[in-house]
Amino acid sequence: MQTSALSRYIGLIPSSVMIGAFFVIPFVLILLTSVSTPTDDGGYATSFDLQHFERFLTWFYIERALFSAGLCALIAVLSLLIAYPFTYFLTNFPPRTQTYWLIYILAQLSLSEVLIAFSWQILLSRTAGVANILVWIGVIEKSFAMTPSAGAVVAALVYLTVPFSVLLLFPALSRLDKSLIEASRTLGASPLRTFFTVVVPVTRPAIISGGVTVFVLTLGAIIVPQVLGKPEHWTLSVLITDQAIFNFNMPFASALAVVLLVLSATVIWLVTKFSGKKA
Amino acid sequence: MRALRSIYLALFALYLIGPILVIAAVSFNAKKFLAFPPRGFSFRWYAEVFVANDWFTALKNSLFVAFASASLSVLIALPVAYFAWRYGLRYAKALLALGVAPFILPPVIMALAFLLFFTGIGVNGLMINVIIAHAIFLLALPLVTISLGLESVDTALIEASQTMGASNAVVFRTVILPIAAPFAFAGFAFCFVLSLNEYIIALMTVGFSVETLPIKIFNALRYGYTPVIASIAVIFMVINIVIFALIARFSNLARILGAME
Amino acid sequence: MPGLSIKNVTKNFGTVTAVKDVNLQFNTGEMICFLGPSGCGKTTLLRMIAGLDDPTSGAIRFEDQDLTGVPVHQRNIGMVFQSFALFPHLNVGENISYAMRIRGHSRSECEDRARQLLDMVHLPGLEDRKISQLSGGQRQRVAIARALALNPQVFLLDEPMSALDANLREVMQIELRKLQQELGITTVVVTHDQTEAMTMADQIVVMGKAQVLQTGTPMEIYKTPVDKFVAGFIGTSNLLPAKMSGPDGVHVNGVDLTVGGNTGHFSQGDDVLLMTRPEEVFVHHPSDMNVANSVTGTVTFVRDIGATIEILVDCAGHEVISVLTPKDWPDVKVGDQVHVEMPAAACSVLAV
Repeated sequence: MQTSALSRYIGLIPSSVMIGAFFVIPFVLILLTSVSTPTDDGGYATSFDLQHFERFLTWFYIERALFSAGLCALIAVLSLLIAYPFTYFLTNFPPRTQTYWLIYILAQLSLSEVLIAFSWQILLSRTAGVANILVWIGVIEKSFAMTPSAGAVVAALVYLTVPFSVLLLFPALSRLDKSLIEASRTLGASPLRTFFTVVVPVTRPAIISGGVTVFVLTLGAIIVPQVLGKPEHWTLSVLITDQAIFNFNMPFASALAVVLLVLSATVIWLVTKFSGKKA
Repeated sequence: MRALRSIYLALFALYLIGPILVIAAVSFNAKKFLAFPPRGFSFRWYAEVFVANDWFTALKNSLFVAFASASLSVLIALPVAYFAWRYGLRYAKALLALGVAPFILPPVIMALAFLLFFTGIGVNGLMINVIIAHAIFLLALPLVTISLGLESVDTALIEASQTMGASNAVVFRTVILPIAAPFAFAGFAFCFVLSLNEYIIALMTVGFSVETLPIKIFNALRYGYTPVIASIAVIFMVINIVIFALIARFSNLARILGAME
Repeated sequence: MPGLSIKNVTKNFGTVTAVKDVNLQFNTGEMICFLGPSGCGKTTLLRMIAGLDDPTSGAIRFEDQDLTGVPVHQRNIGMVFQSFALFPHLNVGENISYAMRIRGHSRSECEDRARQLLDMVHLPGLEDRKISQLSGGQRQRVAIARALALNPQVFLLDEPMSALDANLREVMQIELRKLQQELGITTVVVTHDQTEAMTMADQIVVMGKAQVLQTGTPMEIYKTPVDKFVAGFIGTSNLLPAKMSGPDGVHVNGVDLTVGGNTGHFSQGDDVLLMTRPEEVFVHHPSDMNVANSVTGTVTFVRDIGATIEILVDCAGHEVISVLTPKDWPDVKVGDQVHVEMPAAACSVLAV
């Protein structure tokens, strides 16, 4: 009995090493680097130095953090509003149609953010964009570029997150007891009224946890704000990339990452608090 | 009411599929500049992906990284999910929770963590770096799918096989593995697709030495557009669809996505 | 020949005792039913015989081998699970020959044996079916065939009929009993259905609250239950509070009755319960005088279901049921004051 118990732990050694070495250590490195001191040769030394966090506490970065949070909240709301009715209809489609839609949704969800940013850039461009269609049907006279703009960033981010929203709402809506709807209908409620008084309230936990998940997801978007927006539309993630790759300022990038981490962790904590458990 | 539903569904489909259709149309453009509606029809931008050496190298890199990291990820996940499920080991459960964490965090955090780690140990820009980084970042996917697969193995099936003389190893080989394998395959496929499309972690681990397709596309975007990118978008969309269709065919897609049996 | 024996077996799950100091001894080739309400420990006892659970203390033996501590896959047993536990990834033939296949028997041997077993359970030609294509009854037969593939020493069945509908259950009970007698295999069935136990068992073990309450043939248990719990669990019984008035007499509802059953444990003046079975109790018309060994009561309900007639009588606040054949019909109606005859041979006494 004892030897077999031991062998169970031996079987877990390789995975433990991988997770420990390549997740736990790198993660701790971020925390350490965020409080390290820059050295004269451009590197940084271990210490407990809060100067990078002090730098964050200037209006420019606080404004960026608030902008990121506000943008992500807006995207989460829009994304769920668009996705919810579709997901509800989807769960009532025949199984085969459902599968086709799920495959497409998954395929689009997995599509690289780079490619999605590119698509929307084309879609909103002067030469190949929707403006040409407007010209063609005679709404406007001359095509124009719709990027960079806040609208473009929002449209593309919502596009990026709608498939996630559908998949986050799918379990709750597909498990929804259909007899609840029938009961409401026999009691005299119209389909629309049933939707708002039965379906939406029953799936409220999924809506909340879905919204918060989309929020965290949008916080991670890097390319769309860069490609489709002006610098004033950049989010924390873009700034971290910028600091790490182009300014080689690892301590400050790490400090910003810690801020982002705290922001996401707060929000993830809210998910678990509201939904109890999440797959 | 019915009309409203139809209009909404049509608009939704247009929003979701429209951009992809525009890209597909652009990718068949005959001319070098981007235009929609397209001028002429040609496959030259698809041919370019396979003929132009730099694009083809990037494609090969991406496919190799995706395959290797998905395999590694499944190998890491398998014992963790198995020991957590079969013996309910608290340590394995903790490891499982830890393994899911990287995927929940914004990817840029993990990207920066990998960057600090690999420069810290002085191993820069090797392809193995991005393979390991993706395997760890995407570990949640095989962990979750394999756990789901194992949960679908009824304990009575295991006991039945034991009463017929199967030792633990035989139970694993003849009962658990065949039932859980489609779910492990789904985990592998999810990993493969997401690794193929991943940008920021690849950039921060190997961005200056190995070009994967997303990195190559982003770099190309800075020097203006080429319809090659459009054709790659279409190729990627097709790869994604094929892989998820395979999962749907050989595994239980609705169940993996959280629907009831 | 002494077969299965269970000695001082106790099983604790944490602080809960599931099976408490059980001692049982059966002969080889017997069919044994563990009967009791859910949570009485009968399934745990079966799982310990199978080796799926280890006893906290005590020993389980089969003939001259000590099975205690032998891992489940090294015991020569066949088991049918409540859910049947058929492998969904294997077809019918592969399920049945699973035990042979993992022992490295050749494909043709496996196929021959599967065919032979399917014939035995009356499902010829089904070896290539998927499990999902089978009905509940077919699944059960496949599960039985699979468990018997290697001619096990002991055949164990955990609530085998619970997934079947009522009609099929009766058919399968008879079929299973015939099969068991044909093969002469020591068999243990766990059930909470007394009819099932009465139909199939050589020996019934009545369990309650983790302990064995009574062991015996179906008729022994029916005729002479050891206490009111067993009496209530096996068949229907009429219980009237009474007081011992002599070595073979009780005082009940103001009259003295003679008891034919064993009263050995009790002495004069003890409070007891007078037990009778409904089919041995007769109701007489109010005008009948001098009915021996009877009490009086009021008819509260009459149920005529053709083959039998059931009369419910209220005897000083206690309900007595009488089941009569039409030829014994006393022509009474609800509200009549009747004489309820309890022949001495039908009477026994139990502890309160």
